[in-house]
Amino acid sequence: MRLESRESYSPFLSIVAPFAAIIFSLFCAFILLFIAGAPPLESFFHLLKGAFGSPNALAETGARATPLILTGLAAGIAFRAKFWNIGAEGQLYAGALAATFFGTGLIQLPQFLMIPFLFLVGGVAGALVILPLVILRQLYKVDEVVTTLLMNFIILLFVSYLLEGPMKDPMSLGWPQGSPVIDNGVLPQILERTRLHFGFLIAILAALSLWIVLSRTSFGFKIKAVGHNTSATFHAGIPVFRTVLIVACLSGAMAGFAGITETAGLKGYLTLDLSPGFGYTGIAVAMLAALNPIGIIFSALFLAMIYVGADSMSRAVNVPTYLADVVVAITVLSVLVSLILINYKIQIGKLRF
Amino acid sequence: MHTLLEVESISKKFGDLSANVNITFSVSEGEILAVLGENGAGKTTLMNIIFGHYLPDSGSIKFKGSHIPFGNTKESINLGIGMVHQHFTLAENLSVLENIAIGNQSLLGLSIDFKKIEKKIINISDEFGLSVDPHAIVSDLSIGEKQRIEIIKTLYGDCKLVILDEPTASLTPQEVDQLFLIIKSMVKAGLGVIIISHKLDEILRISDRIIVLRNGELTGSMEKTNFNKTILAEMIVGKKIVRPIKKEGRKKEKLINIRALNVSPNIGSPMGLSDINFELFGGEIHGIAGVSGNGQRTFAEFLAGHIWPDSGDIFVSGNHVNKFTPEEFMNLGIAYIPEDRNSDGVVGELSILENGILTETRNPMIANQFGFLNRKRSKDFVSEICERNDVRFQSLNQPARLLSGGNIQKLLIGRWLKRNPQIIVACQPTRGLDEGAIASVQSLLLTERDRGRAVLFITEDLDELLLVSDVVSVMFDGKLIGPYPSEELEKREIGLMMTGGDVL
Amino acid sequence: MIVEFLELFINAGFWAATIRIACPLLLATLGELICERAGVLNLGIEGIMTAGAMVGWTAVYLGADLSSGIICAAFIGAMFGLIHAGFTVHLGASQHVTGIGITLLASSISYFAFRLILPTSTTPPKIQAFEQVSIPFFSDIPFLGPVFFQQTIFTYLAFLTVPIVIWFLNRSPFGLAVKMAGENPMALEAQGIDVLRVRTIAVMLGSSLMAVGGAYLTMSAFNAFYFGMINGRGWIAVALVIFAAWKPERAILGALLFAGLDAYQVRAQQLAGAIVPYQFFLMLPFLLSIAAMVFAAKSTRYPKALLVPFRRGERH
Repeated sequence: MRLESRESYSPFLSIVAPFAAIIFSLFCAFILLFIAGAPPLESFFHLLKGAFGSPNALAETGARATPLILTGLAAGIAFRAKFWNIGAEGQLYAGALAATFFGTGLIQLPQFLMIPFLFLVGGVAGALVILPLVILRQLYKVDEVVTTLLMNFIILLFVSYLLEGPMKDPMSLGWPQGSPVIDNGVLPQILERTRLHFGFLIAILAALSLWIVLSRTSFGFKIKAVGHNTSATFHAGIPVFRTVLIVACLSGAMAGFAGITETAGLKGYLTLDLSPGFGYTGIAVAMLAALNPIGIIFSALFLAMIYVGADSMSRAVNVPTYLADVVVAITVLSVLVSLILINYKIQIGKLRF
Repeated sequence: MHTLLEVESISKKFGDLSANVNITFSVSEGEILAVLGENGAGKTTLMNIIFGHYLPDSGSIKFKGSHIPFGNTKESINLGIGMVHQHFTLAENLSVLENIAIGNQSLLGLSIDFKKIEKKIINISDEFGLSVDPHAIVSDLSIGEKQRIEIIKTLYGDCKLVILDEPTASLTPQEVDQLFLIIKSMVKAGLGVIIISHKLDEILRISDRIIVLRNGELTGSMEKTNFNKTILAEMIVGKKIVRPIKKEGRKKEKLINIRALNVSPNIGSPMGLSDINFELFGGEIHGIAGVSGNGQRTFAEFLAGHIWPDSGDIFVSGNHVNKFTPEEFMNLGIAYIPEDRNSDGVVGELSILENGILTETRNPMIANQFGFLNRKRSKDFVSEICERNDVRFQSLNQPARLLSGGNIQKLLIGRWLKRNPQIIVACQPTRGLDEGAIASVQSLLLTERDRGRAVLFITEDLDELLLVSDVVSVMFDGKLIGPYPSEELEKREIGLMMTGGDVL
Repeated sequence: MIVEFLELFINAGFWAATIRIACPLLLATLGELICERAGVLNLGIEGIMTAGAMVGWTAVYLGADLSSGIICAAFIGAMFGLIHAGFTVHLGASQHVTGIGITLLASSISYFAFRLILPTSTTPPKIQAFEQVSIPFFSDIPFLGPVFFQQTIFTYLAFLTVPIVIWFLNRSPFGLAVKMAGENPMALEAQGIDVLRVRTIAVMLGSSLMAVGGAYLTMSAFNAFYFGMINGRGWIAVALVIFAAWKPERAILGALLFAGLDAYQVRAQQLAGAIVPYQFFLMLPFLLSIAAMVFAAKSTRYPKALLVPFRRGERH
């Protein structure tokens, strides 16, 4: 097998590729359903019904997409600069901690100030977690993938300590959970009697702003240049250190925002199972969207649909919900292949792709 | 004499580029065949096809009368074809012995008979005059020594035909003499040799027969008895290349003054600098020669603001510099043309347009005060660079990696000249370019010198060094020797100084 | 009080536990080390260990004998290694993203399969795992006996892997090829050796060691499979490879150090639990991993072709 670089860029392929990846991962899900002894077509029907079948299901999909958009943005912006932040999970909890620390009574502000204030402290908390790691990478070349991963465990243990100790809600009947966010800090619902909240709009707003920054400004241009060739960018006099530092902090802040939407929007208080791996799923979200912020909104909605749908499918046909995680993992890998197909011709024996 | 290798109508395309078109030639036992041609003519591609790195699109190759399979280096080696690559194929962290052993060993074996291999290495080095220490770690060796290991590696497998790809590229004149002695002893033993080069003089000295490639096509061949330099030169280049002419220089004010500079080695630049005193004047091209790895690159990177010195003073246009960042040095009016234009110069995946404005993100013309890029002005800016410096492209939006080396270099130099620098630091700016592009890069630098700018010119090519520079220094082991006026120097003297010998 | 903390060190139980806890780390570190020496960073490690733990346990639970369980785990590891190599070595995909993708895939498939086999159980059933084997005569030596000679066969095997890997990398022809593939793949290609094949086999070998490391947890330590039981051990192993400067003989040191810390914290917790919350003890290995990476970062002995894909016949 040999790879040959394509001399020209094909817009057709780059649009088709992510869809091919989605179809492939759904095909794999089909096979797994078959192995699990569930009727695949009926199961897919239950999946779609669970995600879109009622206003409530739609709202649930939107609510699930909210943190995924934000963690997707966290991965997307960092990966653009080839800063491999795999620590969105931990940064999300850091944001949630900040919401619990400041938002449960320590600071009292009117609603129109309280909500932005919570996002501010959540973003700062997410950025602060990543700051030492990005400095270690830039100064000592300490691999950020491993440090951000390790940091996830450290933060989760720290949260566990706080929820069992100093930050434990005295009214929680012994459960390790934080006090509820005060009323002025709670993100209002968009649809009555659903879990879809204001955070969804904030996530979309964040995606749009990042899209403008990345595609129109000189800062976005610098990020792109650093990501493609750090050395040439450095030689051209662009402050690489500073650029990567800001990118990493922005990335941490996005994940921190996700912590705010979950504590102040969805649940109302911090628990240890606040995030079922949103940070890791964010990587799949970003990959599927080819790191494009607008695309991230749609890929987050798609993966949210898989998760929400898989829940009701699992109940209906008795298949483990872990199927959704398998689909997400296969999506990451098949997107990776499709990205290679965009840039390279593959020749296996006499066959050419 | 028996024919060893017969190459018949080989063609190879990379995308739209024809690297080899319908090439036919042969080599006999005991013969030195030279393949001449400028950079990018397709010489290395052809050899890589013979050796099995690349698959040809069509054609056939016979070795000792029978066809060889394509794209199979193992088979080529087993048949008796050996290749010494221009970029050495050695694992630096392993010993000489281990590097040679791996090719002559079943990978599924349980142990390696190092004793036996060492014995054979010593036999080969005695026979061909290739002295090496089999137990040395490769990273400790000089370029000449590494090349000798590469040659031993090919001879070890009882090879009948040795291909040498640009073997003289980074050797001093003295080392070239040694290499030629080794090659002579190889032919005496009955081996066939193919030597690739773009240096005409050397080839005339050593080869029995010459074939010439141009733009992937075979443009001629010549027997030793008929060697004719003028005709060959024409075959290589096709049209007549106008060499830049160096006018009488006019030295102006001192632009750089460096006193007692010391830089310790680090990961990026393994050779440090010790006690450098250096002056650079406007209207002058100061050439620096040296065997690669002796600190030239470190010196250039220091002048680009990439390295903090341990001690020493540097004055640029009379100002004492104490901040060492690329931004600072750019603001002082220094332009740096890096050695490796593909990894340090251009961002291959970005468009020509984007590469053209990479140095201009703080230019208010290109980015407004809110940081938004102005597309229209960026386009005009880059169009002008391309027009003025004759950068040829299809569209400003095509990825820069699709440009030829010469066009990339002209784009990079043009981008820097647009900033109106007082000082230009050029590190091997013509390496790997074709003759036409070399001439235009050289004349670009000479024009800037005539306009009163100071140029620091680092090169390994001594002909070019003497052609372009007004004064010459030599870098050896992190120390600077010189400067000497260029018209008072000869190549051999520079060669001696490059290896630490005393001449003047 | 201080005396009590120091007394833990002269407790044979502490040292025996250290040896036990070191095994999965040691196997995983050696596996990662082989991959990286060949030039491939394998971040699939966490998931591959999960898969190894699940498959080894399941095989035994479904009636296979213990050694078949280990072989099944090694096989599943090699298969995930093959996928990883297919992506990174043959297609040249980003090693970082592929590794994370493999981790997500291997762990989610393991959980999925585990739930298929045991749909509703709340307390995971245990298997008849490896038992302690007292080596005659040696196990009677005071102190040293219980520490070194009253372990399970799996433990002895894990430590036996170290000299085998040292021999493999330093003495065997294939090990030499692996080191060259990670240093300068052209050196292999120029001698007619298929770089892609060497790297693929190295990644498969390394991944099977990781999976066996995971299987140790279910077959010789906890004797059951839990969700999230690898708990970052894979990532710690990645840090340990850096700490070991890519040398197997130093990997054993790193694994013992971390295991010792872990064994110590369990015991120290009982003494100091009231003063220092247990979470801080649990954080220590992760903090120490980051510290070890910073400490080792200045080393320039990393394989030069690590993370660099090799493409045959591509123009340079």
